[in-house]
Amino acid sequence: MAKIDLIVRRARLDGKEVDVFVSRGRIVEVKPSAKSLDTGEARVEEAYGLTLLPSLTDVHVHLREPGFEYKEDVESGLRAAAWGGFGNIMCMANTKPVNDCESVTEMMLEKARKYWPKGPRLFPIGALTKGLKGQELAPMAELAKAGCAAFSNDGVPVESTKIFRLAVEYASDWDRVVIDHCEDPYLGVAAGVNEGEVSSRLGLPGQPDVAEALQVARDVLLSEYLDLPIHLAHISCRKSVDLIRFAKARGVRITAETTPHYLTMTEDVLEAEATEYSTLAKVNPPLRTEDDRLAMIEALNDGTIDCLATDHAPHAGYEKETEFDVAPCGITGLDTALSVTWGLVRDGVLTRETFVRAWTTAPCTVFNLPVNTFAPGDPADFFLFDEDEEWTVTPQALHSKGKNTPLLGSVLKGRVKTHFIAGKKIV
Amino acid sequence: MKWLHKDLLDVSQLSRSEVMAIFETAGRFQELQERPVKKVPTLKGRSVILFFAEPSTRTKTSFDVAGKRLSADTFSLATSSSSLTKGESLKDTALTLQAMAPDAIVIRHWCSGAARFLADRLECSVINAGDGRHAHPTQALLDSFTLHQEWGDLTGKTVLILGDIAHSRVARSNVILLRKLGANVRICGPRTLLPPALNTWPVKVFSDLSEAVKGVDAVMCLRLQLERQKDGLLPDLREYARTFGLGLKHVELANPDVRILHPGPLNRGVEINSELADTANSLILDQVASGVVVRMALLFLYMTRKGEE
Repeated sequence: MAKIDLIVRRARLDGKEVDVFVSRGRIVEVKPSAKSLDTGEARVEEAYGLTLLPSLTDVHVHLREPGFEYKEDVESGLRAAAWGGFGNIMCMANTKPVNDCESVTEMMLEKARKYWPKGPRLFPIGALTKGLKGQELAPMAELAKAGCAAFSNDGVPVESTKIFRLAVEYASDWDRVVIDHCEDPYLGVAAGVNEGEVSSRLGLPGQPDVAEALQVARDVLLSEYLDLPIHLAHISCRKSVDLIRFAKARGVRITAETTPHYLTMTEDVLEAEATEYSTLAKVNPPLRTEDDRLAMIEALNDGTIDCLATDHAPHAGYEKETEFDVAPCGITGLDTALSVTWGLVRDGVLTRETFVRAWTTAPCTVFNLPVNTFAPGDPADFFLFDEDEEWTVTPQALHSKGKNTPLLGSVLKGRVKTHFIAGKKIV
Repeated sequence: MKWLHKDLLDVSQLSRSEVMAIFETAGRFQELQERPVKKVPTLKGRSVILFFAEPSTRTKTSFDVAGKRLSADTFSLATSSSSLTKGESLKDTALTLQAMAPDAIVIRHWCSGAARFLADRLECSVINAGDGRHAHPTQALLDSFTLHQEWGDLTGKTVLILGDIAHSRVARSNVILLRKLGANVRICGPRTLLPPALNTWPVKVFSDLSEAVKGVDAVMCLRLQLERQKDGLLPDLREYARTFGLGLKHVELANPDVRILHPGPLNRGVEINSELADTANSLILDQVASGVVVRMALLFLYMTRKGEE
């Protein structure tokens, strides 16, 4: 038996008290907690009363470096990830310059190694087209070799279906999945508010749910035709869910993600007296209706939606403290995602199994990332979580540079106490 | 009446009795318009900043006249002279203005919610003179005041709002206020110029103007922004004028003494037949006159609030 170098004692895993044995960064064994134990030379982590969860994987993060370091940089983004329970994060390519060449990918990875050598692990996502312009394919072979785990034009949907098709085909040559930002470019681009009752009364030009669903339909048909996988980013509405369910029933290789905010918030935030026109709730795709929110929960529970992702989109305070039309879209999410979604488990809205699948196994399977299922040989990526600790969402409490969340002022439950990646303590 | 509101962001925040108080106050100021010296010292020493980040002639002039007739000092800040054109944020512009210690700021801005944004950050009263497509409360108040002058009670009257509803803050505020005052509201315009989720608005929707106008007591035409054609929302202005322009034949279908309103400026021959704008049924110039007294009433109420006199 390998030499045990870490033992986590008396942690709560799925309702049972367990001891976790780790050797050389990998899980050796998880077994019911022993009353007494010869721990030898192993480091012992007392976890009594704390919940043990596998590190989460976030396949949709904006780290803003290079180009917009004042909003977030690799160091601060990874800090927010570490404290947020994330062991793997994938960062989007809409930086400046765009991540469409190996030097940008390498720079991101170098920064990650420099500031967070023990993890969380960073997996850059390369641009699908050069400069995200939707006209020429990005050098995906070069990007894949440099370390890009997937390709996406997130933030700028690919307008030409022809180019998009070619991108999906070319990406498959390098065994990478394409992530599509589903938004018909002609229907209410990045309005930040759903087209409907609320936008009508507030006098804001909205983005209709069909702007998303039209692109989902395109991707479903293309994926089936090409027999290649396509991953759909930040799904927000029932119409999209219906299409994805239809696709999956036909065996189409479509996967999808949604975010904590589409599970917990609706467009009504923008009309509430205290938060009317709040730019903190301006996000793309926009917060939708209660019916859409319920559809997201249903779809996550039945597996139509495979993964959760934060779409962590940090912005500087002054950028959001402006007129609604002028403010950028985006909600910061790495710090709050765990508490928010664990709250849904606590409330019985999501099962623990769904939570674990959506944050760990499913995203890792889709993008071929390391995953910890607590089986022998799995990477020892896990964290200890105090389910009952209450905390108030204040700018000071967030590790990300982005403080732009409509949750500011809310009291959430659940805090990460310790986080291990490959058996090494990172926080 | 003790006025408790700090800001006027939209008519939705006013109760019916508060609207009546505004009308009553405006009615008292009307008498002033008849005097040779049209000025009272009521707001002497008070200052109002007219912050118009979007071009405006009549609303701005109306507020300016209203303020000066009450002896307030009015200061104008227009888009071209505003630091917004130099990239200053609305927040910083607002704080700069605040530091000059005005008693009220009248704001017009191209973004929906901009008045609310200022109101949340400023100590002085903020009066919304039009924010994006959202609200134009003073226009709605002067429109209803004009009809109130004609009819007295608006209860049971039917008012048709005609034209580009989707982009109109005038329409949004008028729908709320007219309903609050008991009138029935109809809406008519091409589908491309109607807002989404109209079924949630307390109005009847028509696509045929001849049907819409039948038996109505007033028609409120909205100004058509000519660039809507460039946006692809209309085939051309000729077709719009022929289909949705208010003509003499439509007036015959309405109540015989139908009143015609228009917030101006007019595109004669587009949203309204040119002759019709000048007939006895037209209240277009009455609206302008009402505008001054309603705004005087608002400045008076907001600037002497907290029980001050």
